[in-house]
Amino acid sequence: MSATSESLGLEPAIPLSQQGPAPARVVAGFGFWLFLLSDIILFAVLFASYAVLSSAIAGGPAGVELFDKRHVFLETLCLLTSSVTCGFGTLAVARTDARALYLWMLATFALGAAFLWMEVSEFAGMVSLGAGPSHSAFLSSFFALVGTHGLHVTLGLVWLVLMLLQVATLGFQPMVARRFFCFGLFWHALDIVWIGVFSIVYLGAH
Amino acid sequence: MESVSPAQGHSPGVATRSDPHHGRSYLIGLAFALVLTAASFWASSTPLVYTRSVPILIAVLAVAQMGVHVAFFLHVSSAPDQANNFFALAFGVFITALVVFGTMFIMANLNHNMVSMDQLMRMQR
Repeated sequence: MSATSESLGLEPAIPLSQQGPAPARVVAGFGFWLFLLSDIILFAVLFASYAVLSSAIAGGPAGVELFDKRHVFLETLCLLTSSVTCGFGTLAVARTDARALYLWMLATFALGAAFLWMEVSEFAGMVSLGAGPSHSAFLSSFFALVGTHGLHVTLGLVWLVLMLLQVATLGFQPMVARRFFCFGLFWHALDIVWIGVFSIVYLGAH
Repeated sequence: MESVSPAQGHSPGVATRSDPHHGRSYLIGLAFALVLTAASFWASSTPLVYTRSVPILIAVLAVAQMGVHVAFFLHVSSAPDQANNFFALAFGVFITALVVFGTMFIMANLNHNMVSMDQLMRMQR
């Protein structure tokens, strides 16, 4: 009982040499995937500098005195839930269901904005305590890493609004659907980076 | 919907043929992610785990959660029609590990070889 690739439905009916180029959606998805991986390498560099500098507190406050774990847990929940609502939103794009799309994507936007608001209020609180990015190498690398993630979330929210405007004006064209799938990938990738942030920066604070 | 043959690839973030209702996969992913996140936060503040092993536990939970997100949210797998996505991901993970652990190793080594600050002060006198 050999499970041939044909019985699994994997054998292409047309020879590979005669299939022509892959459809735009596969090409666009793969290209955006490569961009995301390069973006993750950018974060890897920021994580590396944070790992090296995290104990250089220059006599100032250390992470364990500054961070509030309950606050971070709420931020994590917001971003995680927004990742799931974004997933349901992209499913609504595939069904061309505008009502469901607006509903899920407004939830995504609200949760993303709540995350951002919590992050900005945390930053403002730290700066008002005198623990701004110029205080120590630890705080410089902290603000660079977490700030870059926050900047990505901000750009994601702007992109989401632009996508909703495109659906409202252009409708569910293949081009718009492709962009929506790319937005979904971007949003899920940001959530993956956040796992690294809360594990290394907030839970690993010493 | 156009049919895509495996040789032409499969874009990440799109459900595979074996899981056409991937609404369910988002819910499964959410459940796993919630459990792993809660476990991480619990591990960071519990007296039940030997203190020096806590960072390793948190690292393991974080890697597991990243895997859950990649499988259930991004829908990237090692299926034959995902070879391009999978190898790109593997390369990204490789470079990330190289940058992070390479930097930590080299900087720790330089730090170890450096003249300590009080020795430096004595030399300047």
